[in-house]
Amino acid sequence: MQGIAGGTLLLGAGRLFGRTPASAAQVLSGSQFDLSIDQLPVNYTGAARLSTAVNGQLPAPLLRWREGDVVTLRVTNRLAVRSSIHWHGMILPADMDGVPGLSFPGIAPGATYVYRFAVQQHGTYWYHSHSRFQEQTGLYGPIVIEPRGGERHRCERDYTVLLSDWTDLDPEHIYATLKRQSDYFNYHQRTIAEFEADVARHGLAAASASWGMWARMRMDPTDLLDVSGATYTYLMNGATPDANWTGLFSRGERIRLRFINGSSMSFFDVRIPGLVMTVIAADGQDVEPVSVDEFRIGAAEVYDVMVQPAEDRAYTIFAQAMDRSGFARGTLAPQPGMQAEVPRLAAPPRLTMADMGMAMSGAASMADMPDMPGMSHVAAAPAVRHSAAEHGPGVDMVAAEPRQGLDDPGIGLRDNGRRVLSYGDLRTLGGALDARVPQREIELHLTGHMQRYMWSFNGRKFSDSQPLQWRYGERLRIVLINDTMMTHPIHLHGMWSEVEDAGGEFQLRKHTVTVQPGQRLSYRVTADAPGRWAYHCHLLYHMEAGMFREVIVAAPTPAAG
Amino acid sequence: MPRTVCCLAIALAPLAAEVAADEMQMQMQMDDAARFGRILVDQLEWRHGDGASGGVWEAEGWYGNDDDKLLARSEGDWPSGAPAAATASGRAELLWDRIVTRWWSVQGGARGDFGAGPGRGWAALGVQGLAPYWIAVEATAYLGSAGTLAARLKTETDLRFTQRLILQPELELNAYSRPDRARDQGAGLADLQAGLRLRYELRRELAPYLGAVWVRRADATAQPLRAAGEPAAQWQWLAGVRCWF
Repeated sequence: MQGIAGGTLLLGAGRLFGRTPASAAQVLSGSQFDLSIDQLPVNYTGAARLSTAVNGQLPAPLLRWREGDVVTLRVTNRLAVRSSIHWHGMILPADMDGVPGLSFPGIAPGATYVYRFAVQQHGTYWYHSHSRFQEQTGLYGPIVIEPRGGERHRCERDYTVLLSDWTDLDPEHIYATLKRQSDYFNYHQRTIAEFEADVARHGLAAASASWGMWARMRMDPTDLLDVSGATYTYLMNGATPDANWTGLFSRGERIRLRFINGSSMSFFDVRIPGLVMTVIAADGQDVEPVSVDEFRIGAAEVYDVMVQPAEDRAYTIFAQAMDRSGFARGTLAPQPGMQAEVPRLAAPPRLTMADMGMAMSGAASMADMPDMPGMSHVAAAPAVRHSAAEHGPGVDMVAAEPRQGLDDPGIGLRDNGRRVLSYGDLRTLGGALDARVPQREIELHLTGHMQRYMWSFNGRKFSDSQPLQWRYGERLRIVLINDTMMTHPIHLHGMWSEVEDAGGEFQLRKHTVTVQPGQRLSYRVTADAPGRWAYHCHLLYHMEAGMFREVIVAAPTPAAG
Repeated sequence: MPRTVCCLAIALAPLAAEVAADEMQMQMQMDDAARFGRILVDQLEWRHGDGASGGVWEAEGWYGNDDDKLLARSEGDWPSGAPAAATASGRAELLWDRIVTRWWSVQGGARGDFGAGPGRGWAALGVQGLAPYWIAVEATAYLGSAGTLAARLKTETDLRFTQRLILQPELELNAYSRPDRARDQGAGLADLQAGLRLRYELRRELAPYLGAVWVRRADATAQPLRAAGEPAAQWQWLAGVRCWF
């Protein structure tokens, strides 16, 4: 859904208000903040709905902090149900993290919770509700933290670009629908005509072998995103594609765009035709600048890019959903009201056997290969062990031969003629925070059953799991093996995830790590944050379905003596 | 006295932990074992065959969590020219369904036959799941009150012409260890139906369809659709609607 032209916000006064470029974006700066969570009437598609907003804003106001400050945030819940705010990617005490049931009891209706913590980092982050589906209904907003020593990269313009997925449906209904028929929102499924096309291209034997393999496995190569543009209207800074959020510039200016994926269930592939984007930070962490034409951003991930338009014209910021079912769109322009050509959605990609960590031998691989030419150099991972629970009824497949390496930009982005970012291109400046070699390795498999819409770690849903117990101060290696056919953004609260390259060397520091289907990926964590923490897939309905673990970091023991 | 308190504390400790877990659950508002429900009317159709026509239904409803579900199924038919409620005959089943493997669940429960003769009761035990090549399978064995054994197999799949135009081939078999003359039902492979239904999903939940079904009934079997002298095997044209919610 592209939204109605000039998607509107119905403000409290009942005034119909055009959602024009950046007009309503509220910025709150300083160290004292009063935030009020309440319902807000909105209309993005022609149908009036109630969203969950902060200070009457969707997205929630931009919070500007300074590194080194102690910030105090008084959050009042004016909803009829419990609420919470989680400061995504912030390193802070456990009771400030905002996860109900782990950090604190949540914020009861009418109550105020005072968050207070020292800001010890800088860069772009975001905040969102951690209560039920309030993130889906609008409770998300950007955070920009100014470095103590000043910005590393000078710029004349600085915009946050928050991508999200709006639905007119009740998220509870979406969740129940996925449990009833998990492919409900997928309108890109394979058809008889596609089989005929495969036969024409690869021959009957190869096409039959490929289709036969998928059909025997009972897996669907079109299942890229569970919830699609069939219900979602993708928003950029709260504006529909037709409402066209616009960031202004003058020719030759350096523009910093802080991309935040605040969506509940969507991966976006972002590009600005005509402009090269130089990525300068990932998840708030400065990286060696790398220039690309396009990047994929998973739910909860953050990328800061610099662009410098040389011409006096409009440029489209195009963020298509990974399954090509829709897009968010905005414009960089010298004047309001200008627009540039909007690219067409690409053809929906299909997963291959290699994506699923399956052996690429025999006839089946022939039909599967076209999307995979970049794969030949990918190292095979060490032998995989799958736990007993992974062979239970809650898991529909395991990756026999997971892929290793960070150079693959992901399904639908390989060899598209553009320079596309991969994790292998990103190197966090300054190296690892902790030079120690991991003392302990924890292997977690991302598991699920698409048909039954069950999601878990190691075949165990949250309710069937025990907390992960980490010793205070220990250096850990987390090995994630994605045994599903979906791409999952995995978020560890309270501690950094320092991603390793295939050789085990430090590569980049993130708060949310995207793991591709059939991929093996590892990162280091220093358990220096005592308390109870959430560890989960940031696809909201996966998290609610059980792809969630509690992490307990034992309190430091007093020195003996 | 302190000893009593101590014992009490030990006895209550697991309870306290349980309460804490519940409290945590309440605060988190995450419930990955939540129960859902669905009612699917897979077939609600009017059939027209050689010299006879009538209505047919097949429906299933479930309520439960990922692991365990209460499952109700019903199918049956009614002849044309009479009020459906008075003349319908068919069956209803109430089953407990538990997932046991990656693709299969086991089911146990009861079945009741109604209309067209005296009612019959059965104990039911079966499996339901997804076979390779995306073939949905229901296979159930029944034990009747008089020691009669029966079996039912139903398979179906979806073939997509477009994202909304879907062809559903279906095969259903019913077998009995002995005839039931009071219900005019034969022994052996008592009936076999092979159907093709082409549906158009106006939305996922609502799809009208057209189709044809080849029905073969063994001797001593008579269904309302089959008048005297009607051939034992025939093609029937059908039109109906599939819906769920």
